[in-house]
Amino acid sequence: MRQSMLSKRGRLGPALVAITLVLGAAACGGDDSGSGGGETVGLITKTDTNPFFVTMKEGAQQAATKAGLNLQTFAGKQDGDNESQVQAIESLTSAGAKGFLITPNDSKAIVPSIDKAKQQGMLAIALDTPTDPPDAVDATFATDNYQAGKLIGQWAKAKFDKEGKQAKIAMLDLNANQVSVDVKRDQGFLDGFGIPVGDPNKIGDESDARIAGHDVTDGAEDGGRTAMENLLQKDPSINLVYTINEPAAAGAYQALKAAGKDKTATIVSIDGGCPGVDNVKAGVIGATSMQFPLKMAAMGIDAIDKFVKDGTKPQVTAGKDFVDTGTTLITDQPQAGVEAKDSAWGKENCWG
Amino acid sequence: MTTPVLQASNLTKRYGRVTAIESGDLELYPGEILAVIGDNGAGKSSLIKALSGAVIPDSGEIYLDGERVHFRNPMDARAAGIETVYQTLAVAPGLDIADNLFLGREERKAGVLGSVFRMLDKGHMRSEARRHMNELGVATLQNIGQAVESLSGGQRQAVAVARSAAFGSKVVILDEPTAALGVKEGNRVLQLIRDVRDRGLPVILISHNMPHVFEVADRIHIQRLGRRATVITPQSHSMSEAVAIMTGAAEPPPHAA
Amino acid sequence: MSTTATKEPSPPQDFEVRQQESLGLRLQHLLHGNPTLGPLAVLIVAIIAFSLANSRFFSAPNLSLVLAQVTVIAVLALGQTLIILTAGIDLSVGAIAVFSAILMANFATKLGMPGILALLLGLIAGTAMGALNGSLVTRFRLPPFIVTLGTLSIFLSLNSVVSQSKTVRGSDMPDLMTWTGTTIPFGGFRLTYGSIIMLLLFAVFWYALSSTAWGKHVYATGDDIEAARLAGIRTNRVLFSVYTVAGLLYAIGAWILIGRLASASPNVGAEYNLDSITAVVLGGTSLFGGRGGVLGTLIGALIVGVFRNGLQLAGVEVVWQGFAIGLLVLVAVSLDQWIRKVKT
Repeated sequence: MRQSMLSKRGRLGPALVAITLVLGAAACGGDDSGSGGGETVGLITKTDTNPFFVTMKEGAQQAATKAGLNLQTFAGKQDGDNESQVQAIESLTSAGAKGFLITPNDSKAIVPSIDKAKQQGMLAIALDTPTDPPDAVDATFATDNYQAGKLIGQWAKAKFDKEGKQAKIAMLDLNANQVSVDVKRDQGFLDGFGIPVGDPNKIGDESDARIAGHDVTDGAEDGGRTAMENLLQKDPSINLVYTINEPAAAGAYQALKAAGKDKTATIVSIDGGCPGVDNVKAGVIGATSMQFPLKMAAMGIDAIDKFVKDGTKPQVTAGKDFVDTGTTLITDQPQAGVEAKDSAWGKENCWG
Repeated sequence: MTTPVLQASNLTKRYGRVTAIESGDLELYPGEILAVIGDNGAGKSSLIKALSGAVIPDSGEIYLDGERVHFRNPMDARAAGIETVYQTLAVAPGLDIADNLFLGREERKAGVLGSVFRMLDKGHMRSEARRHMNELGVATLQNIGQAVESLSGGQRQAVAVARSAAFGSKVVILDEPTAALGVKEGNRVLQLIRDVRDRGLPVILISHNMPHVFEVADRIHIQRLGRRATVITPQSHSMSEAVAIMTGAAEPPPHAA
Repeated sequence: MSTTATKEPSPPQDFEVRQQESLGLRLQHLLHGNPTLGPLAVLIVAIIAFSLANSRFFSAPNLSLVLAQVTVIAVLALGQTLIILTAGIDLSVGAIAVFSAILMANFATKLGMPGILALLLGLIAGTAMGALNGSLVTRFRLPPFIVTLGTLSIFLSLNSVVSQSKTVRGSDMPDLMTWTGTTIPFGGFRLTYGSIIMLLLFAVFWYALSSTAWGKHVYATGDDIEAARLAGIRTNRVLFSVYTVAGLLYAIGAWILIGRLASASPNVGAEYNLDSITAVVLGGTSLFGGRGGVLGTLIGALIVGVFRNGLQLAGVEVVWQGFAIGLLVLVAVSLDQWIRKVKT
């Protein structure tokens, strides 16, 4: 009797251990936010509808899974929603996160929350949009928007010089608020084209005769179309169109087409989204500067990973107060002196 | 005795623990103005609402021209020929007089225009509105097409009364028609009420205004504590006696009429 | 106590007549009776001013352009007008429009439906979304502001999920979907089919509001819902019909939008709510219900389009466009308040 009971207990013990191991492994197994049973990190984007941030999220999730980190994602309800991002940082703090990546909706207003988080020992990294002041975070991984504008400006200048054309430029910006990304791209383009820029922190203070006018698009197709139409009415001789992003460019193209100017005017843009690259291939957009949100997210997660492992903080790119994740010019009409890749390459590396 | 046009018999209505009316009775005879008076809480409101279909009594019967009727909602009562003018008048201030007269009962043009395109016969409605107002002796207001909200209180009341007289075929019930009016306009409305009766429509008139009641009513139904205390006439009793019966200070006499 | 029939009516009675009015009061009454006069005056003055600032403004091509630019908002604002006439408001207008566009586009491309079927289903979807608003407002008696605030979020989320944040290209869609963007010459003007549809819709609803019983009931319900109910109007039916019809109008607007942009994008239309309400308010329709009409809304939409186009042609900086429109709205609302104070 005693022997059989002992042997029963004997079999039970290993069984219990096995079950625990299996359950433990299952719990540590992948859910789609890449929880490796490891440290928690966060990603807070401006919105979760813009394909740019959707791609960023995917990149962050992939990188986090690989690094064995547990990623929690948050987003603002709309562009400019600071409140949701503040709450996201608070959630992450109470969840004991080691660090987070954030694309701030309001570069100034978010700083106090970031300070609080850093006091708790968290690593704070800005993606895509810098904070104000930029050193409020431990590092910023972003596109150099000025450089992105400059590239397409240089490309346009080379093209127009080669074709011996006088440029009449329409500037299709984001909105009337003079936000950083809008200003940098606009001024970078003008600088690259060779137009004196006035105050580089302000859109619209230039008086060069080559500029036909400025209008705003809200970064979307409908705004792009209306803005292009109105500028064309103001000056029908427009033959070069700078656009804040590719959706605005698509809308502008429709306006040009309706006015019969789609063959005579050139559109340049910034973004590098896959629909935008398709438009380069289709001849809708002459050249676009590609951004790398996946790279931004991966580098960001990587930096947090290093911080978690041995406490090292990221280094900035020389001469800039952020880590430049690079821009690449995508065009099927390469111009001498301006480095570029074609739309096929663009298709392989685009996002969204 | 002639058959009453409208008769309520043994009506009861309770709201939870509160009994609004109990064994409520009322008779309205052809060609008369019956005033219903009573203190607050006497149940006259519930009694009238039962007659106009706004409230369904818990028990009791209502007879119209001797026939038993059941009103499930105010539309049923309207369809049966009972028109009610509520204290709030139920006029749409932004619409004009003709629109308001025909509100909810608009007339469409004949033929395809009316059935397919649902076009209103505005011309006809306007001329009908003018006719009704004239028949009631209301001088044609500046413009039959003017918005009702630009009318004075008395004029608005006239529109509401004209509406009920135009569509009512059996009974017209008026709830506090002179309550918000000044002396002059109040008297005009009283004359209007007499004209309605004289055109063959019996009228039930609820009012707190004793002088008005005594001036215009043929019989006076006194409601007290949820039931009819008695019915008197302006001739059989004085105003103060009526008030006394209403408040319970005096014993209700057997029905005088 | 006679029981005989008709007696002679008493002599015509003279109820109190209004005293002679000052000019200000007369203006107040005039505007009260014709709420469209003010906006029309503003539009005419604006057109004159912008024509003087830039001769290119008052030309057939430019005016055709302005019409095309305001078409989508005008259609959305038409639906919004019906709702505001009943003293309601619809914050989900942009969401329904954009989601309907995404649905029709995806039906035609991802599900490969023929254009006419995709379009029909898209219109039905928009109508259904409007009906959802209508039933929440009537059955559960929730304030329209709250209801449409909630459905706005719901429809936007669904929009995100269905669209996967991806824009559908016009070239991938059947021609019918982008047909509304095709232009035809008309005199010296170039009209899009979308604009023609918009004008037809305005004509239909102008007729419905002025010459049908339903129209009278819409005004009565917005003016004083209790009075309307007591007068025998089925106010719940009226309210439900208004939200549902608006949903259909928003879906038609979506179809016109696809034609204009040659694409169906989930990210457009962030400002459609405010833009549609602005057009309605500028057109003289009162936010309190019962006053105004669709003609005013068309004028309101045109005012916004004329200002945007005119200010750009006049070389005014973009930031002042928003300022000008905001100022106009304040003036319009204050005017409405003043007009409403008509004495009785």
